[in-house]
Amino acid sequence: MKLNIDGLLVYFPYDYIYPEQYSYMLELKRTLDAKGHGVLEMPSGTGKTISLLSLIVAYQRAYPLEVTKLIYCSRTVPEIEKVVEELRKLMEFYAKETGEESNFLALALSSRKNLCVHPEVSSLRFGKEVDGKCHSLTASYIRAQHHSNPSVPVCSFYEGFDALGRQVPIPSGIYNLDDLKTFGRRKGWCPYYLARYSILHANIVVYSYHYLLDPKIADLVSKELAKKSVVVFDEAHNIDNVCIDSMSVNITRRTLDRSQANMDTLQNTIQNIKETDAARLKEEYRRLVEGLKEANVARETDIYLSNPVLPDEILQEAVPGSIRTAEHFVGFMKRFLEYLKSRLRIHHVVQESAPQFLKDIFEKVCIDRKPLRFCAERLRSLLRTLEIADIADFSAITLISNFATLVSTYSKGFTIIIEPFEDKTPTIANPVLHFSCMDPSIAIKPVFERFQSVVITSGTLSPLDIYPRILDFRPVTMASFTMTLARTCLCPLIVGRGNDQVAISSKFETREDFAVIRNYGNLLLELSAIVPDGIVAFFTSYVYMENIVASWYEQGILENIQRNKLIFIETPDAAETSMALEKYQEACENGRGAILLSVARGKVSEGIDFVHHYGRAVIMFGVPYVYTQSRILKARLEYLRDQFQIRENDFLTFDAMRHAAQCVGRAIRGKTDYGLMIFADKRYARADKRGKLPRWIQEHISDGSLNLTIDETVQLSKHFLRQMAQPFRREDQLGLSLLTLDQLQSEDMLQKIAQIAHQV
Amino acid sequence: MAASSEEVLLVVKRVRQKKQDGTLYLMAERIAWGPDGKDRFTVSHLYADIRCECQKISPDGKAKIQLQLVLHTGESTTFHFANESSALRDRDATKDLLQQLLPKFKRKANKELEEKNRMLQEDPVLFQLYKDLVVSQVISAEEFWANRLSLNSTDHSLSNSKQEVGISAAFLADIRPQTDGCNGLRYNLTFDIIESIFRTYPAVEQKYAENVPHNLTEKEFWTRFFQSHYFHRDRISTGLQDLFSECAKQDEKGLKSMVMQGVKNPLVNLLSLEDKSLDEGYGVATAPSTSNGTKVKENSNSAIIKRFNHHSAMVLAAGLRKQDSVSGQASETSSIDGNSRDSDCFQPPIKKVKLQEAIEYEDLQNKTGKKTVTLNLKKSDRYSHGPVPMQSQTYTTSQEIINSVSYIQHEMANYKPALTQVISSGAASSAIAALSPGGVFMQAGVQQAINQMVPSDEQAELKHLYMAVGELLRHFWSCFPVNTPFLEDKLVKMRSNLEKFQLTKLRPFQEKVQRQYLSTNLTGHMEEMLQTAYNKFHAWQNHHMQRKT
Repeated sequence: MKLNIDGLLVYFPYDYIYPEQYSYMLELKRTLDAKGHGVLEMPSGTGKTISLLSLIVAYQRAYPLEVTKLIYCSRTVPEIEKVVEELRKLMEFYAKETGEESNFLALALSSRKNLCVHPEVSSLRFGKEVDGKCHSLTASYIRAQHHSNPSVPVCSFYEGFDALGRQVPIPSGIYNLDDLKTFGRRKGWCPYYLARYSILHANIVVYSYHYLLDPKIADLVSKELAKKSVVVFDEAHNIDNVCIDSMSVNITRRTLDRSQANMDTLQNTIQNIKETDAARLKEEYRRLVEGLKEANVARETDIYLSNPVLPDEILQEAVPGSIRTAEHFVGFMKRFLEYLKSRLRIHHVVQESAPQFLKDIFEKVCIDRKPLRFCAERLRSLLRTLEIADIADFSAITLISNFATLVSTYSKGFTIIIEPFEDKTPTIANPVLHFSCMDPSIAIKPVFERFQSVVITSGTLSPLDIYPRILDFRPVTMASFTMTLARTCLCPLIVGRGNDQVAISSKFETREDFAVIRNYGNLLLELSAIVPDGIVAFFTSYVYMENIVASWYEQGILENIQRNKLIFIETPDAAETSMALEKYQEACENGRGAILLSVARGKVSEGIDFVHHYGRAVIMFGVPYVYTQSRILKARLEYLRDQFQIRENDFLTFDAMRHAAQCVGRAIRGKTDYGLMIFADKRYARADKRGKLPRWIQEHISDGSLNLTIDETVQLSKHFLRQMAQPFRREDQLGLSLLTLDQLQSEDMLQKIAQIAHQV
Repeated sequence: MAASSEEVLLVVKRVRQKKQDGTLYLMAERIAWGPDGKDRFTVSHLYADIRCECQKISPDGKAKIQLQLVLHTGESTTFHFANESSALRDRDATKDLLQQLLPKFKRKANKELEEKNRMLQEDPVLFQLYKDLVVSQVISAEEFWANRLSLNSTDHSLSNSKQEVGISAAFLADIRPQTDGCNGLRYNLTFDIIESIFRTYPAVEQKYAENVPHNLTEKEFWTRFFQSHYFHRDRISTGLQDLFSECAKQDEKGLKSMVMQGVKNPLVNLLSLEDKSLDEGYGVATAPSTSNGTKVKENSNSAIIKRFNHHSAMVLAAGLRKQDSVSGQASETSSIDGNSRDSDCFQPPIKKVKLQEAIEYEDLQNKTGKKTVTLNLKKSDRYSHGPVPMQSQTYTTSQEIINSVSYIQHEMANYKPALTQVISSGAASSAIAALSPGGVFMQAGVQQAINQMVPSDEQAELKHLYMAVGELLRHFWSCFPVNTPFLEDKLVKMRSNLEKFQLTKLRPFQEKVQRQYLSTNLTGHMEEMLQTAYNKFHAWQNHHMQRKT
């Protein structure tokens, strides 16, 4: 249907529309008009992606000079591919309605591992190996060697791309990862480099967060993207953690040992080259004297990871004299390594700020701040000069040099924690140096500054106001949308006590309590008898799940559950868990029914949807608080309190509740879907917890379902499931939660829609 | 005695039933008891009729040593073993033998019941008949089914290739150990449980085949099984001397290979979920946990978790194994003929399908999208080279056409009607008149009138009556020629059935119809049919009497 969104003609590729989609588009349009940033929370399964795409594509067509590009960032590879498929649907609709082929170019970009078509390289299993192997076939000096000596292997696909790929732009269309590969194979071009090149002139780019948020990659891939772009972060409820991850470094003794080995190799190589080809080192020296900037017209294939600091702090000056020659630099790095080793040789925990660290290093080994800042750049230059084939081998020393650059660049927002052993095993020495970022705004700041509109959206962003605070930006729109429902297809219940009236909670003092564990078991057992098909249960942590499973096994609860359903359990091993997941789906599919025991914050809770019969009930055992004894977390909480005036408890609760909401939200994927959401912890009933759940879940929690016993829960669930099992037709929804174009245009419906968006 | 031809498996003398001394016979298909001094069995049950799980024995301490059998019908029979010296032994022998025999028949019995149930559900006519005749006790259920099942069993058994029964996930939990009072445990193993164990853990079955009966007796084998660490999965260290340590290793291997195979559905593949090329060492909390993960602590808890995953996967697989083997064969054959690659191309890649499914909003779009089934071709060349229409040039040379036309012309010119062999015009016209509407043969008006006169529920009732009487008559007539005493009995019974039917069903209907205006004799034909049957019966009876006297 064709919609009129505030004067903009929007093609929407469906015959019906949810009211909240219309409302969402209105808000989005407002954000784009204002050329500002927005935070939008829309319930999962209400067609957020297609609304976003429809509106932004329409906007791009209407005002091609205002918005030149859409950069859509999502979290996982399947999500990325889903977005591209939805886009394809939209474009097909455009073609059908307007009768002309659009000249839109949209493509997905992923790492080499997902895009490589080279027969040997693509067969490698790990991303790191693929990257390293690719580098060893495409680096500029390798190709130069190949020129003089054809027996040196190169990648024919890259050669093909390099020869022809840049002259003719890729024909317009929608390219998913597989389409890129097919196209690349047909043309004999490397899909990865083709995609990286094509995103510069593509209308829509879909890729993962890291390509924009991790400075090491962003500088490489996204540096030249136009300013007039709209950036969308979908599933953005965890965006602060992604930012922090991309800026943090951990150094163990093993890293240091490997760096030591790397340094030795470097030294030998330098020695060799000095004897054979001294001119090369001289040339490098000359280049460094002139400064990094113009010398850095390095070929795209040479750079493995870019500078870890932000683009606007790109070093303008020349490399300081003390590390300009190769030997001096190696000596410098060795000194630095020795210093780090001495720091790791401690018996008590040390926590200090970056300036303290710099002061200490100056006093101890006379290393100045300035040369440290150039470490990353200098190392890269050296590796290139030495023509090191397999850069992946040098990941350890790269890590150290990145750390050096980071620690000397940022004086605020970071902390250094050196722990001599893990808390759980105080007898085993395993010293780790955590250089951890505490301020997510550091990594995302350039994104907000550079692009005219950044939209942060997800199914669970409550409470909305915390995101602008921790990410330090000023949004023009902040809205949370409710879910219009013809039937209440979600049933959130808070179970506070067992049938024996013992309060159930995963609170630290009671979590090992026999009665609590038994009651959790009974809850699962009772539900396994009444819920059809799949049940997903989430625990607060892996260790806790292990303990509970063990004691359920001893008490025979698991055996009784097995009478009703098969049991599958998440393990720390991703491959094993994937297998369990597939079997779980198979069991749901063939009618046996199954239970998946899983962990909040685990991979399953973040990336897997349990649509329809794959998840008829989600049970959240306990409140998934993060492990609060971690020193890194404590430092971060302190920082949040000092810098953003966010109280520790508020942040912890916010963090726990967003994960809980994520977990239970996995089960609802659309209005025809339905599912129980069971919060099995007394503490969920408190206003401060409940109030932090997304509005679309909160409004269905009645006061009567705040502190239920297991029996009451079972009764309510039975009732709910029986109701939901009745046939649900379009006519039931129409006019309420599903609109035709005519209904949408009526006056009172527009008024109703205006109430859906809840401005903050 | 009919039993003479049957194989007698066990004879127990001095067994009392209803305070009468007698002998208990266990035969291949039934259990029977006859009082001493008579050559007839007063009690005889087919094994298929006995409820398998319902045989009760008297407690050990009791003076009377008894065995009670419960039938599917709910009746029960109690045998009292009265031989003082060996009563207990006799009873146990009987019980053990029954235990072996019953499961074999159980399935058959269930299948028969299921079959009957299915037939009734699928065929509303039959169901109505069943209600009319059996539920209202005109004839017994056995009689009703007597010549139906045999008709149907053959064709259905082919199409209904029996569906494998899945395995309960909790079958190991069902083996509840009981303490026997003197520091030991008793496990109750049934045939079903053993089969479940074998199907779920092929490794155990293999061990069983290897060791029983040459190395171990069956009992010893299972004792060891329950003692083994293998059964107690929370213990990890499997001693080398354990018979089942190898099984555990094989399971481990199986689990590993399952994991190695990877998953087909890309949306659940956690390995390829993330799209980041961060090296280890970057990030906040990930690093310490991964360093932990590499040296996975083999604690018992994680062993339990692994075991559960494996167990569930095996149970699931056991249910599917049957189908797998069939489809596996199919795929093998297709790969042999070299066309498997073609058939791959026809199926959209699983990833694409899953992605499409994931982005579909069924309520947003009109249901124009027809669900298509992918074409699954084993040999694509057969599909693309189907039967080719006859090439036109094979028969149409113009010369041939001209020839055939001229031949037909020639034939027509020489046509002479054979007038002697037709009927006279008068007879022909009267026949036409009789067959035209209003003619002698076409007085359909009356029938139509009945159609409209009689209300539809009466019509329906009439239809049921017709069917019921037809069924009864079928039973009746199938007794002729009457050459066995059994048929004689049946015939007499059938006649009384017919009379009963006429009295209880037909008469009330007749009266009802008469009360309601209807002059037409709706039941005339049925009465005629019944009368014919009675006549036949009388004729036979007279004949029979004469022969007897």
